[in-house]
Amino acid sequence: MEAWIFFKKTIRMVFVGTKVYYLWCAFLLAIIGVAIAFYIKQLDAGLIVTNMKDQVSWGLYIGNFTYLVGVAAAAVLLVIPAYIYHFDPIKEIVVLGELLAASAIIMALMFVLADLGRPDRFWHIIPFIGILAFPDSLLAWDVIVLNGYLVLNTIVPIYILVKTYFGKEPVRKYVIPLVLLSIPWAVGIHTVTAFLYNGLAARPFWNASILAPRFLASAFCSGPAMALIIFQILRKTAGLKIKNEALFKVAELMAYAMFINLFLLGAELFKEYYSGTIHLAPMQYLFQGLHGHDSLVPWIQSAMVMNITAFLIFLIPATRKNLITLNIGSLLIIVGVWIEKGLGLIVPGFIPDPLGEIYEYLPNINEIAISLGIWAFGLFIFTLFMRIAIPIQRGDFSHSKYAHEAGRTQYERDQSIRKTSENS
Amino acid sequence: MEDRSQTRRDFMKMMSMGAMAALSLGSLSCTQARVEAFLQKHFREMTEAEKKEAIRRLEETYFRKYGKKFHISTQPADAAVLWGYGLDLSRCIGCRRCVYACVKENNQSRINPQLQWIRVVRLKDGSLINLENTEHYYNPEKVPEPGFQYMPVQCQHCENPPCVRVCPVHATWKEPDGIVVVDYNWCIGCRYCIAACPYKGRVFNWGEPNIPPEELNTEVHYLGNRPRMKNVVEKCTFCIQRVRNGRYPACVEACPTGARKFGNLLDPDSEIRYIIENKRVFRLKEDLNTEPKFYYFFSA
Ligand code: SF4
Ligand code: SF4
Repeated sequence: MEAWIFFKKTIRMVFVGTKVYYLWCAFLLAIIGVAIAFYIKQLDAGLIVTNMKDQVSWGLYIGNFTYLVGVAAAAVLLVIPAYIYHFDPIKEIVVLGELLAASAIIMALMFVLADLGRPDRFWHIIPFIGILAFPDSLLAWDVIVLNGYLVLNTIVPIYILVKTYFGKEPVRKYVIPLVLLSIPWAVGIHTVTAFLYNGLAARPFWNASILAPRFLASAFCSGPAMALIIFQILRKTAGLKIKNEALFKVAELMAYAMFINLFLLGAELFKEYYSGTIHLAPMQYLFQGLHGHDSLVPWIQSAMVMNITAFLIFLIPATRKNLITLNIGSLLIIVGVWIEKGLGLIVPGFIPDPLGEIYEYLPNINEIAISLGIWAFGLFIFTLFMRIAIPIQRGDFSHSKYAHEAGRTQYERDQSIRKTSENS
Repeated sequence: MEDRSQTRRDFMKMMSMGAMAALSLGSLSCTQARVEAFLQKHFREMTEAEKKEAIRRLEETYFRKYGKKFHISTQPADAAVLWGYGLDLSRCIGCRRCVYACVKENNQSRINPQLQWIRVVRLKDGSLINLENTEHYYNPEKVPEPGFQYMPVQCQHCENPPCVRVCPVHATWKEPDGIVVVDYNWCIGCRYCIAACPYKGRVFNWGEPNIPPEELNTEVHYLGNRPRMKNVVEKCTFCIQRVRNGRYPACVEACPTGARKFGNLLDPDSEIRYIIENKRVFRLKEDLNTEPKFYYFFSA
């Protein structure tokens, strides 16, 4: 009964809001609607409506998938500073980080589904019902770790939120181990996703042992960058309490991650260019163009400029601690890493193909529309999550019986934490 | 095993009931055959009776679709056979008759998508192994052209096939006679195998395949040349429908210069064994440890 009331209330909560909230949701739903139309077309005609071919058999969808796994992996790392530096809104950070990770995983899984030629047979991949080729196929591993991660990142926030709703303290004994588990798991999902490409001897561009570390380093830039922007938006619109210092600390960590990312890229470039074997070809295609084919070159060049600029912004304390430059840096990272880890990673892996053919791939309108739709869907889900989570955390959405207490408990808790941290 | 098939059966019952409900509501234009095809098991998990049933259903579907009576074989591998292929590079003239014979024999889609299992690439004399210098689209008046070599490449039927290793649902596997096959009704179209194959041995039906009805080959094998559906992967099967019946693959028959050889690697008196033992033989990308059963050689 209680649960039913809670459920009814959350539904009501989702349906009421400010004008901006309605506009935002309508905007996202419109994009989703267009994407659905394109997806129906794709279902009907097959993947022939995309620009993919046998020569480049994965494209924008799998690029986005890879990027989003990184975002999901990194979002949970917001939890680490929360634990190491003991910022005040620790619970909000855990809940936000995990819900962001959950939304990113949902998007990642949707991108896989969009890329699947036979989505009607998706049940073949469900363990015990279909036949999951575990442990042979890295894709099977990915299915398992991604879904596990999704579960982990939904039960923890739901548990915390429901407890808070009823005005009770979440039991740390349950929460902490799960939160701690989600940290190595995050590294795990991104490593497994890197191994998906890494293990293919047929594709020298991916078959480099540096791939998984590079994945992680770039993810630890792009995920937090997204979080920085989202935190500030929520601070403005939803009354999320988060201090500037928290943002600056995250930005500092991102500077280190970007340094490692750029360093590893340099290491890979050195190896390929100095030894100059035939395996250099995909690199050349990406950075310089190969036999006159160079459609990715402007993309990767702008990505490089963006990543280096962002690195400098986050490295220099003056620009890091200025919200305007901080936001510019975050946007640069979001886009820069998206290019580098999306198109810039997947496509050159296929070029030239194993028999030396070059087919230049760039996504077409179908792929772009469906991809935007999935992004919009992810943002929509995340918006709904926030619509529920933030009022609960603030104490203005709670079980009526405890409403009064809940609000006060939250307030008092904040006060007492502040006091203890000031005292120590 | 017992458990798994049990749960799967329950799941199927549930799904088929759901599908039936949807049918009776008339909201889905699903036919009975479609529902059954949706619920069909992996070929290797079917009992003999289920195989018969699947074949009957397929033959009906093909009849409805193409107006022709198909004969679908499920003939298994012979334990005493391991197929091997030889290709004489000094004889190949790049005429690509093998390509078209293969397309016809194996019911490949003709236009949009146009699929071919064999690629014949052109290389400048002296750069044979460097596959990064191949030309794929060349149209000379006459073959062979001076100064060039031709190299046909198709699925190499690796002893250690990366395409099989990566498939997340075991939709593709190596048969006991060494032929690497695909269950078109089980493939989910993820194209991971295409990314994993170092020889471009696989192609994908990006759209609904199309074959002029008068050119259909109705003598087919379940794991080979039966007509495919959209968005599944397919590949050379050494003409499984022929070779398991004592015939040569279509490409071997079609080659005007006799550059193509085929036989049983386990038979010490076979031509393929003679070639391996007596000619200068090499295999593509041996450093990848895929152990192809496709041997290139020079007779001259
Ligand atoms: S050549 Fe490619 S498709 Fe054929 S068995 Fe080897 S890896 Fe698989
Ligand atoms: S495309 Fe089909 S055969 Fe290839 S890996 Fe995916 S499911 Fe397996």
